[in-house]
Amino acid sequence: MITAHKPLLEVSGLCKQFPGVRALHKVSLNLQQGEVLALIGENGAGKSTLMKILAGVQPADSGTLHIDGKPANFLNVREALSAGIALIHQELNLASNLDLTTNIFLGREPSRFGFVNDKVAHSEAVKHLKRVGLDLPTNTLVGDLPIGKQQLVEIAKALSCDARVLIMDEPTSSLSQKETETLFEVVQDLRQQGISVIYITHRLSEVKVLADRVTVFRDGENAGDLSKGEINHDAMVRLMVGRALSEFYDRKTHEPGEVILKLNKVRSPAHPHTEISLQICAGEIVGIAGLVGAGRTELLETIFGVTPSLGGVIKVNGQVVRPKNPEEAIAVGMALAPEDRKLHGLILPLTVRENASLASLKRDQRKGLLNFKAEKEVANEAVDQLQIKTPHLEQVARFLSGGNQQKIVLGKWLALKPRLLMLDEPTRGIDVGAKREIYKLMEKLAGEGIAILFVSSEMEEILGMADRALVMHEGTIAGELNRSQLNEEAIMQLATGTSLAA
Amino acid sequence: MKKNTLGIFGLLMGIFVVTALLNDKFISAYNMQNLIKWSSLYAVMSIGVAFVIITGGIDLSIGSVVGLVAVVLAYMMKVKGINPASAIITTICMSGLIGLVHGLLITKAKIQPFVVTLCGLLIYRSLGRWLTDNQSLGPVPLEGDKGYTNLEFINQLDFIFSGKIAIGSFNLPTPFLFLMVMGIAAALFLNRTIWGRYLFALGNNEDGARYSGINTDNMKIIAYVICSLMAGIAGLLFAFELDSVQPAQTGEFYELYAIAAAVLGGCSLRGGEGSILGVIIAAAVIRLIYNSINMLGISTHLEFGILGIVILLGVIADEFLKSYTAKRTAAKQQDL
Repeated sequence: MITAHKPLLEVSGLCKQFPGVRALHKVSLNLQQGEVLALIGENGAGKSTLMKILAGVQPADSGTLHIDGKPANFLNVREALSAGIALIHQELNLASNLDLTTNIFLGREPSRFGFVNDKVAHSEAVKHLKRVGLDLPTNTLVGDLPIGKQQLVEIAKALSCDARVLIMDEPTSSLSQKETETLFEVVQDLRQQGISVIYITHRLSEVKVLADRVTVFRDGENAGDLSKGEINHDAMVRLMVGRALSEFYDRKTHEPGEVILKLNKVRSPAHPHTEISLQICAGEIVGIAGLVGAGRTELLETIFGVTPSLGGVIKVNGQVVRPKNPEEAIAVGMALAPEDRKLHGLILPLTVRENASLASLKRDQRKGLLNFKAEKEVANEAVDQLQIKTPHLEQVARFLSGGNQQKIVLGKWLALKPRLLMLDEPTRGIDVGAKREIYKLMEKLAGEGIAILFVSSEMEEILGMADRALVMHEGTIAGELNRSQLNEEAIMQLATGTSLAA
Repeated sequence: MKKNTLGIFGLLMGIFVVTALLNDKFISAYNMQNLIKWSSLYAVMSIGVAFVIITGGIDLSIGSVVGLVAVVLAYMMKVKGINPASAIITTICMSGLIGLVHGLLITKAKIQPFVVTLCGLLIYRSLGRWLTDNQSLGPVPLEGDKGYTNLEFINQLDFIFSGKIAIGSFNLPTPFLFLMVMGIAAALFLNRTIWGRYLFALGNNEDGARYSGINTDNMKIIAYVICSLMAGIAGLLFAFELDSVQPAQTGEFYELYAIAAAVLGGCSLRGGEGSILGVIIAAAVIRLIYNSINMLGISTHLEFGILGIVILLGVIADEFLKSYTAKRTAAKQQDL
């Protein structure tokens, strides 16, 4: 077994603190040569932070790092790279207007007398592209390649730096089924070549296929490891959430009430050629699943008037509405907690009070004057009801943790008593405790007759929370799954565009 | 009072005391009246630009709007013989309209504020020169001037806009009263109305404000209208203050003084920050520096240099203060 060798990479006692958040606490991890290690955990468990530290993007506060048994300390990406550690980002870092060779050698072009040696660069590029199974002319522009191939180019680039450890952060989150399969083959190949891979994913089915071993993080700490033989869905989930799934997602089904939102052939500016029809009833929690870039966020933004619809009919409570901006959407009882909390959800430099009351100032105004009393009441109620942990109402929102920030966003909307609550990745970057509270809140609000429409990239969240799921693929709703049909495979088949029959 | 407002007030006091100690003519009633008058004129413009800067925008056309309003007012009254009341209403409406056009171009046509108002600077200046064939003229008849109607009313207006009210032996310049009224109105608008809160919110994060249901376009348009209106009112004050309005010069570079006062007074050009009191005090500091240079016999060629250094130091001190407070807050948060 692999344990006989001394580890290629060994991390122990690693801590990392951000203002108001403990991102990592005494975390350890080890990696053997030629091993594929899956790193899993819920949003905010600390996976990405650890990877950034390993790749030299961020420094650690404390802890040790050994490579080949020798202590190491990375101050920047260049140092990490020269030690053989390369990070393949979720968002790729290629220049789309340049060709393959130039991208692969960007910043370290083989040169002779100060001039780029094209011949060497070309033959080297071909060699590394072959290792990832790409047989393309090296003068192809990166921007002309589909996303899956771009990712392989990025891997080739890492290999050209003599990388021994590849860190892949959710590499399949925007890949089609076929591209995913190709990537898996490449990963298996690399393992044969003795390269180690740390593979971060939310898709537990991928872990079963690929991983030699699993390390699970929960809330910034090690939650446990699973060896090849122990890898199964339930075991992974139990480690991730710290308890049985049914306990974590405490769902009751509510008898659906009247139809709150109905979309008929609505077209969003992001996908002007596809039509979306759906409906949600009071008390229902509907999840929208799909790959990154499938048009889920764009759909919510179109309903909310951020990017007004190009056509079709939106009905709220049976009335036709056509929100041109969020102001109008809010007026008919909608609310949206956006995906990007810091950019769209909150005004970070303003206080908890100012953020929580921002949407209800208009309702509570006295002929244009601020109603300070009502403002304070709204903020106090948000803090009490959602248990926002803040020293006082005048705390600047920037200094709160992700979970508490998200609660401010929710409190802002709940003050308006919306009929439709839309949540875009409601638990991204949030610790497990706050996550559970947000699930409880969703359940409670549904019980009060609010219709909830949420987008999530976390499989467990859709499976655990949704009464029914709409799966999006390339801007359209590829299929709808009710509670009894909901499972990971069915969602993935619809999300990647492979029909259920195939 | 906010910390940085307190700081700028300290600066005002410091320069005041030093100049007073070095030259006893400085605190003479005449000099004080002049200082108050000019500070008030500059502060009115600066309040206007503060609104725009709080939204994260900029207005470079203020000086040209001041000039155009002064020119058009004098032109209507002297050359066209139009009733002074109509002339004043027309010029105020004109400045409001200018702000509206700026706002629409910036929000609907999505042109950068810098570009829109830079073009405004060029256009309004040349309009005034073209209208008058670049001849100087004033709203109040000088000796031998003809063409004005309703002379008695003109004299009353002259008093209202550039007169002095005797309080004991001290003659308070009337522009100061304009400043008081508009300063209080502006401060109330920013701090006590929902629209003021909206301006701060969108200045800090426009998308965040929009996602919270604020009509950010309308709020920005309002800010540009307020800015140009204040420049217009300043234009009236300057027109009556100056014996003759020079189409090519009146108001030139005033936008830079106004922006300097706003920045020194605590507005961040990144948007989302600012206090009216701070801006008014900063406008006074700028006039005081100018006055002190004259009083102390320092070469007037150094005026801009000294002004530049003071503003730079003020802004640096403000940044230090901010990062210090941010660190302390973060440290406190860690202890929790």
